[in-house]
Amino acid sequence: MKTYHEMFTDLKEKKEAALMPFIVIGDPDFETSLEIAKTLIKNGADALEIGFPFSDPIADGATIQEADTRALKNGITVDKCFKFLIRLRKFTSAPIGLLVYYNLIYQRGVKKFYEDAMKAGVNSILIADLPPEEAEEALKASQEYGIDQIFIIAPTTSNKRLKMISKHASGFHYLVSVMGVTGARKEVKRSTLTFIKRVKENGKLPVMVGFGISKPSHIKEIIRAGADGAIVGSAIIDIIAKNLDNREKILEEIAKFTKRMKKATRRL
Amino acid sequence: MIKDGKFGKYGGIFVPELLIPALEELESAFLKYKDHSGFNKELNYYLQEFAGRPTPLYFASNLSKKLGCKIYLKREDLLHTGAHKINNTLGQGLLAKYMGKRRLIAETGAGQHGIATAAVGAMLKMPVDVYMGTEDIERQKLNVFRMEISGARVIPVDTGSKTLKDAINQAMRDWISNIKDTHYLIGSTVGPHPYPTMVKHFQSIIGEETKQQILEKEGKLPDAIMACVGGGSNSIGIFSAFIEDNVELIGVEGGGTGLSTDEHGATLCRGTNGILHGSLSRVLQDKDGQIKEAHSVSAGLDYPGVGPEHSHLKEIGRAQYVAITDPEALRGFQLLSKYEGIMPALESAHAIAYMEKYAKKPENKGKTIIVNLSGRGDKDMFLAAKLLGVET
Ligand SMILES: Cc1ncc(COP(=O)(O)O)c(C=O)c1O
Repeated sequence: MKTYHEMFTDLKEKKEAALMPFIVIGDPDFETSLEIAKTLIKNGADALEIGFPFSDPIADGATIQEADTRALKNGITVDKCFKFLIRLRKFTSAPIGLLVYYNLIYQRGVKKFYEDAMKAGVNSILIADLPPEEAEEALKASQEYGIDQIFIIAPTTSNKRLKMISKHASGFHYLVSVMGVTGARKEVKRSTLTFIKRVKENGKLPVMVGFGISKPSHIKEIIRAGADGAIVGSAIIDIIAKNLDNREKILEEIAKFTKRMKKATRRL
Repeated sequence: MIKDGKFGKYGGIFVPELLIPALEELESAFLKYKDHSGFNKELNYYLQEFAGRPTPLYFASNLSKKLGCKIYLKREDLLHTGAHKINNTLGQGLLAKYMGKRRLIAETGAGQHGIATAAVGAMLKMPVDVYMGTEDIERQKLNVFRMEISGARVIPVDTGSKTLKDAINQAMRDWISNIKDTHYLIGSTVGPHPYPTMVKHFQSIIGEETKQQILEKEGKLPDAIMACVGGGSNSIGIFSAFIEDNVELIGVEGGGTGLSTDEHGATLCRGTNGILHGSLSRVLQDKDGQIKEAHSVSAGLDYPGVGPEHSHLKEIGRAQYVAITDPEALRGFQLLSKYEGIMPALESAHAIAYMEKYAKKPENKGKTIIVNLSGRGDKDMFLAAKLLGVET
């Protein structure tokens, strides 16, 4: 199992940035989502961000909300999510990060959740609705079980706050490129580029940019601004949503899309 | 702020990072203006002249005679737009204006809070967008019209359970995307800090008035105070003045088809600790932590969460929480209408129904009881008629 540090070091040598696609476990169904994860890896993903479906995902736009709803309708439970991770880990040594809403962790017991994550070979956990102020218990568990705790940094996060977050964060800084919820967007804003520079200067970890990244040109732009990688979620889930009745086509389209996006991570 | 806003272990700021600066800004504005004489002068003016405060503490003589207790009703139902919601809406609306915000957003279940926000938006000349689940829009068409005629835009929410919980999700997403110019005017004591504290502050006028009024009328404090609990704002509003006193405080939840069934909104009676909409409180959820749908005949009690302070008051034993089923609430609706000529909102009818049960217990004979009549029944007339089998 590769650490984030190892991944970023390897990529640096290859003059590439990281591509980290995001999917939701159980979307469109358990087995297909596992096939999708494998397809992403086979076609160039350097790491995976894996979402546990939640009934009330307040940080997510329509695309991911609908993915969560599909997954929950399919009977995905937290236990099944861990089964998914164990099977995925057998297939790849690439870093795997989780995206979870806190109530799912709280109900399982924070310690138990991190322990299960460790046993499943998870590298990191990002909790969408847990700012550092409330994260004492999660941070303790993350240290105990050797899991990186990822925190989001937003354009509105002050430098002072960024330093505070830096103190607690490990793995990488997750930059939210826009003020808003998740969802594919047409363009990268100029303000995002200056924001990346600000975090590179004031943070301490590699910088991954997410929310809205949906085209190769977006990846090129953020890399030029200094980002170490991109997290791509809604654009992939849009492919799933458009082809719900055609599993083969989902895998084919995702393979093609991943290749194109990976190509854009090469530094010139 | 940071780490503030806890009631015992409940409350907190369980929100995405993007909202933190907005919550900090809101907290500091709230702290600045809550004791600011200019702000309070203006707020009091609107509370009196626009909303109709103070509201009477009415002695319900017929029911008192029938039940053998002294029963008083705090008449929040007489307020403009028909419920206590306007107290909070005026407070937050004005605060938003002082903060220089240019747009209000709100969630609504039945429409009561949406209507109050639409009215305040029209009065303060601020555009209002109200998120409302498509299920609720279907159930409350007339209220949609009431909001729209006051100039508000009603935005349908078609995700999840398509009800109040999802309307709150969608309002939060809007706020995340527009924190610079928008204030999210939450309608109850729920959400992340500072909302539970701030909404309580704006609703505590109910308790302050009540205390003064009962002392004038009875020369002593009441034995018990009852209020219905949805998110918990009218109840905490009236409880707040009596927390330190020797007065029984009873919150009445929506019992739906009964607590032994899965169809209720009794978060405090049956919920477990969990995180929903930014705070740790009691919630209705499955064993994984997925939030369940609530069910109640009254849309205002149809919420799977509850304000964190109530979870705390329950835990320390300071307040007691009970549930009233849909049919019992309907009986409460009829009881108050028939004996006192006052049609309560179906939410408030839950408190009335429990009051009857309470008063009938031999050990409570002769007690002085105050019921917070949080709203009037006009909005529920079609539903009540339908439930009673009357054609309209
Ligand atoms: C008349 C009335 N009472 C009570 C409630 C429940 O809310 P809360 O518990 O915040 O008072 C509502 C909510 O819509 C309402 O309209």
